Amino acid sequence: MTGVDAVMLALGAVAVGAGAMVVGTRHVVRAGLWLVVALGAVAGIYLALGAEVVAWVQVLIYVGAVVVLLLFAVMLTRAPIGASDDLDRSRWPGALVGGGAALGLGALFVDAYRWTRVSGGVVPGGGADTIGTAVFTDWVLPFEVLSVLLLSALVGAIVVSRPDVGARDGGA
Amino acid sequence: MRPVIPYCVAAALFGLGVYGVLVRRNAVLLLMAVELMLNAVNLVLVTADATVRAVLPATGQVFALFVVVLAAAEVGVGLAIVLQLYRARRSVALDEVPLDPGPMDWDTDRPEPEPAR
Repeated sequence: MTGVDAVMLALGAVAVGAGAMVVGTRHVVRAGLWLVVALGAVAGIYLALGAEVVAWVQVLIYVGAVVVLLLFAVMLTRAPIGASDDLDRSRWPGALVGGGAALGLGALFVDAYRWTRVSGGVVPGGGADTIGTAVFTDWVLPFEVLSVLLLSALVGAIVVSRPDVGARDGGA
Repeated sequence: MRPVIPYCVAAALFGLGVYGVLVRRNAVLLLMAVELMLNAVNLVLVTADATVRAVLPATGQVFALFVVVLAAAEVGVGLAIVLQLYRARRSVALDEVPLDPGPMDWDTDRPEPEPAR
């Protein structure tokens, strides 16, 4: 077990523990804050894997934008601030399916890799030059399609959230 | 470096996300659980890219970036839908969303009608 393995085990434990708090806590706001911890730990695993750009994009977009959006949603829907008992349905079906998914995927990965070591360590090249070259040479078309998708998602979000567009008198 | 460690972390995160999607009644908490599942997928992509020498360099990481962008778009649209649901129902509990009746049924328990512009 090398140092990278130890770091990834520790960060993975933090990520899984914080993820369990996200889906298990009875406070809505605390679920969002635990989501920050889980996403930050996953970003640390990205750094340990050598994927620097993905790690910082994770911090920027997930922790910086997505969690803020979710906390805005919590505030705008006037979620209960204190602990509330009616956040969950009955837990057993969800625990069965979720635990089955986790155990099945984990068994698949353990059976495939079996505590083997990757020779030569992490493949180098998670820096901005490598990622930028890959995005703008091999993956230019998906990149442009994604920009169109972001634009359409933006327009769609505006149209959906405006009450006066298409409600009764408009196109609906 | 042993790739089984991040793979198993990803499997556990995905299972937690599935549990959260199935169990949570609040729509915002359900979106958070979806984020956990997307992160598990990203972790698998980045781990595979870091441990497998592929023909195209950094493909897994580029895909992870694409998934991050998709997650951002999904949260934006999801937030708009959740806010519209809250505006119509004064609640974001997913169990109380009517599935079959027409849109007129939504207006019956609305406290005050939206001012038509």
